[in-house]
Amino acid sequence: MSPPLLSAEEEGGQSNVSLASSSPTMDCISQSGSGLKERNYLGLSDCSSVDSSAVSSLLEEKKNNLNLRATELRLGLPGSQSPEREPELCLLKSGKLDEKPLFPLLPSKEGICSSSQKNVVSGNKRGFSDTMDGFSEVKSSMYTEGNWMFQTASDSEAPESVGQGKFSGNSGMNVALSPRPSGAQPAIMKELPTKVLQQERPRGTNGTSHSPKTASNNNNSSAPAPKAQVVGWPPIRSFRKNSLATTSKNNDEVDGKPGPGALFVKVSMDGAPYLRKVDLRTYATYQELSTALEKMFSCFTLGQCGSQGAPGREMLSESKLRDLLHGSEYVLTYEDKDGDWMLVGDVPWEMFIDSCKRLKIMKGSDAIGLAPRAMEKSRNRN
Amino acid sequence: MMNYFPDEVLEHVFDFVTSHRDRNAVSLVCKLWYRVERFSRQRVFIGNCYAISPERLIARFPGVKALTLKGKPHFADFNLVPQDWGGYVQPWIEALARSRIGLEELRLKRMVVSDESLDVLSRSFTNFKSLVLVSCEGFTTDGLAAIAANCWFLRELDLQENEIEEKKNDWLGCFPDSCTSLVSLNFACLKEVNLAALERLVARNPNLKSLKLNGAVTLEALQRILMRAPQLVDLGTGSFVLDRDPNDSETYKKLRATILQCRSIRNLSGFLKVTPRCLPAIYPICLNLTYLNLSYAAGIHGSELIKLIRLCGKLQRLWILDCIEDKGLEVVASTCKDLQELRVFPSDPFGAGHTAVTETGLVAISSGCPKLNSLLYLCQQMTNAALIAVAKNCPNFIRFRLCIRDPAKPDPVTMQPLDEGFGAIVQSSKRLRRLSLSGLLTDRVLLYIGKYAEQLEMLSIAFAGESDKGMLYVLNGCKKLRKLEIRDSPFGDMALLRDVGKYETMRSLWMSSCDVTLGGCKTLAKKMPRLNVEIINENDQIKFAHEDSQKVEKMYLYRTLVWPRDDAPEFVWTLEKLLFTPGVLLEDQWSSLTN
Repeated sequence: MSPPLLSAEEEGGQSNVSLASSSPTMDCISQSGSGLKERNYLGLSDCSSVDSSAVSSLLEEKKNNLNLRATELRLGLPGSQSPEREPELCLLKSGKLDEKPLFPLLPSKEGICSSSQKNVVSGNKRGFSDTMDGFSEVKSSMYTEGNWMFQTASDSEAPESVGQGKFSGNSGMNVALSPRPSGAQPAIMKELPTKVLQQERPRGTNGTSHSPKTASNNNNSSAPAPKAQVVGWPPIRSFRKNSLATTSKNNDEVDGKPGPGALFVKVSMDGAPYLRKVDLRTYATYQELSTALEKMFSCFTLGQCGSQGAPGREMLSESKLRDLLHGSEYVLTYEDKDGDWMLVGDVPWEMFIDSCKRLKIMKGSDAIGLAPRAMEKSRNRN
Repeated sequence: MMNYFPDEVLEHVFDFVTSHRDRNAVSLVCKLWYRVERFSRQRVFIGNCYAISPERLIARFPGVKALTLKGKPHFADFNLVPQDWGGYVQPWIEALARSRIGLEELRLKRMVVSDESLDVLSRSFTNFKSLVLVSCEGFTTDGLAAIAANCWFLRELDLQENEIEEKKNDWLGCFPDSCTSLVSLNFACLKEVNLAALERLVARNPNLKSLKLNGAVTLEALQRILMRAPQLVDLGTGSFVLDRDPNDSETYKKLRATILQCRSIRNLSGFLKVTPRCLPAIYPICLNLTYLNLSYAAGIHGSELIKLIRLCGKLQRLWILDCIEDKGLEVVASTCKDLQELRVFPSDPFGAGHTAVTETGLVAISSGCPKLNSLLYLCQQMTNAALIAVAKNCPNFIRFRLCIRDPAKPDPVTMQPLDEGFGAIVQSSKRLRRLSLSGLLTDRVLLYIGKYAEQLEMLSIAFAGESDKGMLYVLNGCKKLRKLEIRDSPFGDMALLRDVGKYETMRSLWMSSCDVTLGGCKTLAKKMPRLNVEIINENDQIKFAHEDSQKVEKMYLYRTLVWPRDDAPEFVWTLEKLLFTPGVLLEDQWSSLTN
């Protein structure tokens, strides 16, 4: 049994001082479809064998705005592997601080900044570079693990709502570290943290600055590092965390400031055994959303995924979304604030996000009245 | 002298001694007092359900009517304790039911409650009056239905922040028509409710003083409910949402009028969903409020929030989200001169951004509200200077919990640890009972705590300290320490084992991600048979029970008269298990134990 290894080096956040600098990983996060975009939710990522698409997790959101230090995510002692420390921390060499090895959270005080980071890691935890090597093996085992999601769902101690509640917000990381072991579960538990967190790697390496930063641990504060979530920190009751995650998207009022982190809405599809959730804020256009949803639900369609649109067409106006769906039997609709079901694509994107409460992928036959032109055209084609 | 009084006189005198600690002290005076006290005790508090068994409780206090039980360790709130760790109430309820105890009140915190437990509870005690569940889990609305249906004299059903699975049943409708004794009802943690049943229930319970609704209760329903219950003292609104212009809404006008009739409301909470334009309806209430809890009201911020606060001149307790920002806290400071308790929670708990309050807000509060004695403050940063100022302005802290968002973050101005700041707090607040530390901290702050915090009972340490000396300062200095919880700090066996007798004077000790080893835990457990030393070995971190040098990821120890517990899951190791589990038994351990 391999020792649990968790080092989630996340980069791309911001320094404490300035909010203005944008994260270098913004690019890779907002790419649609090109990089491997794994979600952090327990189990949700292995329902299909296709690389999951740009459904983002809260963690990705966090990576854009994070202000936490680059503490590693570990079961045990927080790691010292994080390369990015604010430059100020390296100055913290007061007399009393170097008499005894400091708690590894702040390796800079020890002057370990530039040396290999492995010697600070305690025995059974692997460093970042080790986990990188191990990624490909883990990934292959990931999909044979069986359906993780259903196992938790069947755990009698954990009602579905609890599972959802606890997992959805915290991107699976905390859950991975506070598993619910019972009988057969421990073996899977162990794999899971690595699976969940390993999936971050490729996305990271697709980014512009991920690997070099890891290796050199320079004090470059112009490209600040995002911090991995530390389990149980900040100390907020999980009930409260889950409540706020839900209510933040229910509030109608929008203040002048940029909105809260994530805007998750449920996505249902006729005939699918379960629903999904997407964070609307991670998309900028209908095209992105459409692609993401296609990928997410491709395992359920009968091979008639909507057309990808003509290649080379970068910008799609909203009204052309309907054209995209002509080739498939499905129509994308949403429920707005008033409770009415509307066809996706009529209004500007911003307005859409504001009013969308949930999404539904309807069978074409149910969508009569919503998209008459679409139906006519598909009938004509068939 | 007291020996000449008949027992009844003693008992009558003891009736005036209500706090359980005082009663515990009374019972230690002499055998006579012990006897009289134990038969007359009605309210029993058990801070750790594994410290004692239900049978012993019943044997000692046959007259118990009100019982409080706490289960999981505090850090379970933050997902540090695995599911299935324990804390089951079932054995307690079964034992109480079997005996002739006339239980009337049960208060549970962080316990696992099953539908079956609730069912047995509801059927076993004819005078059962009050059920309060805080941060519990394991039950569904079926259990609530049993309580509603069978507890005919129920006065209080208070569900605070529980994880409840909601079935399709209408549990609220199970209250019989004859149920007219309700005084307090709180179901805010549920998502659904049968509105019609709720309204009927409120209508037939004229003594209802405390009502906390959930998000399924609309504005219209709220208005109808308030019409029936103008006597409410404590109100938690549900969904305070209007989808049209309030000026065009009949419902809104009615609500405003109804609220004017509710002159008794002193505590206000809820607003889980809110349309800020509707807030003026509650302005009349604000003038008399003493407790305002907007910690779930993510929809109220900015100028709307400030407007609301400005009206609350009599506020004594305020729970708020950090979207109030430092500027908003300045408004609180200038408005709420009677403020005693402040809690600031993060509006974005997952860390995707700044926490909007800093040391500035806290200093403002301290200078405007000198009566402040209880603080929970989650903030972006803190400075020593600010803490020193706060300590000077508010010398009356009983509870001081500061959580700086980034673990081990130093003073951003001086880049120093926050030792001096926290030191000032403990030095000035001589009555401090509870303290939570955060930020960059060395052993020095622990030295200050050991030296000055004489009344300290509960201490939470995270990402702090440099060496075993730190932990020892606390263990040696804080004579009244009851609960110590430490995470991610470099304390090891030397500190753990220096004064093992100390732990019997405490309720519990939690250490996670520290440097204690398996060998250290074993040594402690062997030396102190009245402590239960649990090693929480999730993910099979500790493979071999004889490799004493392995670090223990999570250790929880507590004094107990009923060691060891028999409901511990696989991953919880106690010394007994380590020594007597087949396969891990080692010859020398066996012989050392049996000799």
